[in-house]
Amino acid sequence: MLPKRATNAMRHLPPCGGGREGGQPRPGFPVTLFILRRLLTFAATLFVAALIIFILLDLLPGDPARFILGINASEASVAALRTQMGLDAPAHERFFGWIAGMVRGDFGISATQRVAIGGLIAERMAVTLPLTMMAMVLSMLIGLPLGIVAAMRRGKPADTGLMILAQTGIAIPNFWFGMLLTLVFAVALRWLPTGGFTPWHENPGAAFRGLILPGLALALPQASILARVMRTALVDVTGQDFIRTARAKGLTRSEAIWRHGLRNAFLPVLTILGLQFAFLIAGTIIVENVFYLPGLGRLIFTAVSERDLTLVRSATIVLVLAVTATMFITDLLYTLVDPRLRRQNA
Amino acid sequence: MALVEIDKLNISFDGRAAVSDLSLSIEKGESFGIIGESGSGKSLTALAIAGLLPDNAKVSGSIRFEGAPLPGDERAMARLRGRHFGMVFQEPMTALNPLMKIGEQIGEAAELSQSGADIASLIAEVGLLPDHAGRFPHQLSGGQRQRAMIAMALASAPDLLIADEPTSALDTITQALVLDLIAEICARRGMTLLFISHDMRAVAALCTRIGVMRTGQLVETGETQAVLRAPKAEYTRKLVAASRMERRATDRLHGDPLLEVEQVSREYGQGGFWPWGRTTLRAVDKVSLTIAQGECVALVGPSGCGKTTLARMIVGLDNVSAGQMRLDGQAYRGRDLPPLLRAGLSLVFQDPFSSFDPGMTIGQSLAEPLHLLGNLSSAERATRLHDAIMSVGLDPAMLDRYPHEFSGGQRQRLAIARAMVTRPRLVVLDEPVSALDVSVRGEVLNLLARLQAEHGLTFLIISHDLDMVAAMADRVLVMEAGRIVEEGKPADLFAHPQHALTKALMAAQLPDITETSW
Amino acid sequence: MNWQRLLRHPSLVIGLGAATAFALLGLISLVWTPYPIEQIVVARRFLGPDPAHWLGTDHLGRDMLSLVMSGTLTSFLVAFSALVIGVGIGVPMGLAAAAWGGAVEWLVLRISDVTFAFPSVVIAILIATLAGPGELNAILAIGIFNIPVFARVARGGALAVATQDYVAAGRLAGLGNAAIAARHLLPNIASLIIVQATIQLSLGILAEAGLSYIGLGTQAPATSLGLMLRDSQSLFLIHPWLGIVPGLTIVLIVIALNIAGDGLRDALDPRLRREGLNHGAG
Repeated sequence: MLPKRATNAMRHLPPCGGGREGGQPRPGFPVTLFILRRLLTFAATLFVAALIIFILLDLLPGDPARFILGINASEASVAALRTQMGLDAPAHERFFGWIAGMVRGDFGISATQRVAIGGLIAERMAVTLPLTMMAMVLSMLIGLPLGIVAAMRRGKPADTGLMILAQTGIAIPNFWFGMLLTLVFAVALRWLPTGGFTPWHENPGAAFRGLILPGLALALPQASILARVMRTALVDVTGQDFIRTARAKGLTRSEAIWRHGLRNAFLPVLTILGLQFAFLIAGTIIVENVFYLPGLGRLIFTAVSERDLTLVRSATIVLVLAVTATMFITDLLYTLVDPRLRRQNA
Repeated sequence: MALVEIDKLNISFDGRAAVSDLSLSIEKGESFGIIGESGSGKSLTALAIAGLLPDNAKVSGSIRFEGAPLPGDERAMARLRGRHFGMVFQEPMTALNPLMKIGEQIGEAAELSQSGADIASLIAEVGLLPDHAGRFPHQLSGGQRQRAMIAMALASAPDLLIADEPTSALDTITQALVLDLIAEICARRGMTLLFISHDMRAVAALCTRIGVMRTGQLVETGETQAVLRAPKAEYTRKLVAASRMERRATDRLHGDPLLEVEQVSREYGQGGFWPWGRTTLRAVDKVSLTIAQGECVALVGPSGCGKTTLARMIVGLDNVSAGQMRLDGQAYRGRDLPPLLRAGLSLVFQDPFSSFDPGMTIGQSLAEPLHLLGNLSSAERATRLHDAIMSVGLDPAMLDRYPHEFSGGQRQRLAIARAMVTRPRLVVLDEPVSALDVSVRGEVLNLLARLQAEHGLTFLIISHDLDMVAAMADRVLVMEAGRIVEEGKPADLFAHPQHALTKALMAAQLPDITETSW
Repeated sequence: MNWQRLLRHPSLVIGLGAATAFALLGLISLVWTPYPIEQIVVARRFLGPDPAHWLGTDHLGRDMLSLVMSGTLTSFLVAFSALVIGVGIGVPMGLAAAAWGGAVEWLVLRISDVTFAFPSVVIAILIATLAGPGELNAILAIGIFNIPVFARVARGGALAVATQDYVAAGRLAGLGNAAIAARHLLPNIASLIIVQATIQLSLGILAEAGLSYIGLGTQAPATSLGLMLRDSQSLFLIHPWLGIVPGLTIVLIVIALNIAGDGLRDALDPRLRREGLNHGAG
């Protein structure tokens, strides 16, 4: 028989539904407010970044108009170009003019190419963006399953082998890997083109084939990182109490990891995914050079060497925008996956 | 036939034995308790029964459930524990999946065991409200989470409920409620209980038979009353003695007021992005109190009542929002406490393991408060350190060693030595023994009582442990929701509690181990 | 620190040993290389490995081993200088955020946000536009990128340490924020910083290679591993060797540093495994 305790603390207390026990969790505020907050941080970061870019390029000694027209141009034509480029206005007017223009979708006119910068960037993004996406998808398709397999077989030969592979993958510079891929698949096997790009509207199939090798080159190091992160996250989660609880309910270890561990392990992976997208965008700029792809990177390099500052300015802010936006979206996804964040003020 | 039979169980990690030669049997329908201090192997024993030991554990011996040995196959073992065992763990926050709703987690247990249990009735059975099923673990309080854990354990309609320190993460009142719930459910369902705890009173209140474990060995088993009234093993005798608190305070003459707290409030802004959306939480609400020279005052109350916040302001770790404090007549508002005044009070922390910087020697840590006294000569510093460490009964050679070389009890003595090094007048003790093993608590309390007598110290003890308070304090203040709701001498206050909270705290006190009767 | 305990971790010994060997190889190039790296002898170009030129010669007849030695030094110097910038600015920022909190913390976090928005390539592009390409450009670009990484690691570690009672004990002893940060926070996050430093060093070497490859980093006549790859690009399909040598050198150095980092993490503190997730930051 079970002993019946002499005292009954319940008598003196309201029913436990009232939250008497150890204090009620703190009231939070709704999801929309959280999103609004992140949106504000996002916008503020972007604004400060734009300001930095503007100041840096504005500080540049020398006269861009003079640079474009050459040393032999007359004072009058330089002055005319300055007015045309809007260089006469005070700095703050030019800054806010630039921002206001971008909000409307007007990025200004390229000084050297004499066409709308918005169109130029859009044209180049048609190469850079699909390439980044492809690399992202490839790295997830390769990295995540391998990370899961390694974690499930922790300490076994498969795990060791995969982690040695990942260790190597992380150490390989993506552009060099691109060079090696060209050597094997384009020169030796002749499966794919060595470089260059057929525009999408001419031949979508050829355009896609042109992106396969650069995509792989970008994806491999990222996949290695992802595999390591996924493995670490899953191994960490496996040691947590709720996995033991799940096993106590009647699940085997791998069933428990599968049902309860994976979603929890995905949280740290999500952070890395956000960062990776940002770094892939930067990585494409380098890898484009290996494959002679007409992407955003090559546009920027041309602009830098021709000192087309308006173009450099707008192209870099687009890159910064892509990075910041990715971070913002990662934050939102985080709140979607983790209910604890939905009611927090952090 | 016994439900669980353990025969010569050995568990070791990397060659170090954690449980050795343990044999016991648990009869169907009984409630069996295992008592032991940290590291005694009691939890490992429970995990071994459920087949949940860590992978690196080496196990030998046999465990039989309903006469059959536990299956070696992982899947078969998993299904067996799913159908026949229910488990409740210590820390309900980490034991629940943070991304899944409570109802789903309970439902999963029911589904896996194919018990056909109804989730709504389970939730009602453990005293939760229907809408709790739709909540995530972080949206429940500690006690509610533990109730959810119990519902999950019951979902399979188990034969054996294994509860491993189910209440040690909860406050006193909640602890009593959860223990009541476990007792009631076991009785109603005729379920066998294996209850594991370091808390002798909890085990005594809940179990008919007990086993006492120490460093991996079962030192004694028997009927609860028989073991506790007439312990055979030396260790059990020591534990029983340590669980009784004798009054250490003597009636003393008290001097002039040393600390005066005048209408002190502390507010925290929260939820604040938009200034107008901010709510303020008043952790301490217009508290006034006076402590006389040489007095020992205890501040008790449930977790979250504001007692720790108040203590932090008194010692100068936090600022008041309104009101002021006076130490020896000098007014201060918290962090503005001037160095010389700061030297006049000190704080002993609850957790002896985090109160020393692991990278510094004990001597360096102990000397830290000395610079409050200005430039002392190195001889003077050495004398101070020497005196302080001698006063807590430890060896001055320990000053050159590092914190990890010491046990919890020793560290708490060293923490007291650090508090004594500036020769303060007021010492604030934040749960000074609750993180220590039962067997060393008494020694630390004796030390504190001796220091108080020898140096004429004034103590402010923050605690939820009414026994300890009754043993130490001259006066008790009861705090709830930021206010002091009752005050008096411990004997009077505990004999005739007036306020509802004091009554609840008294009611939640588990009966003395040998007084339990049924 | 207990060196004998550290030496018990084989991966640490191997990784650190290999990385040190490469660093020494680079340092030797300061006083001696098999052949002067500026020496252009067209007659002996595109030689394969032979006893006179262990790693062959490049398209200008320069000795590849000499180039690799000198290039390794540049790569290490750039990555290390960038590391000094990152640690020197980022760690104090992170510590300040944790010790002062409030407005200081807010500011540090916002500065990190903005800095994170600029990938190192973008910083390098902006600096190159301003001041032209060069080693210093690469150091600054990678260094600035390192700042928020260390600021976040230091802040995260310090916040965890700050909850410990010994920090409160320090405050009770009258220590101010700066003293708390120096006496208690910094020593207890040192291992975290060291581990992150090996990671950032290896990322720095990769980043230097990338920047030099696209012409924003090291410029001739100096050389770096990235610049060697740039030189080899047009000839790579005909003379792959020219690209394989510097590429493999980079891979080996980075693997050595990463293994050393993993070993350090295990040796210094098993709790750090979690923070190791920052590895994705590149």
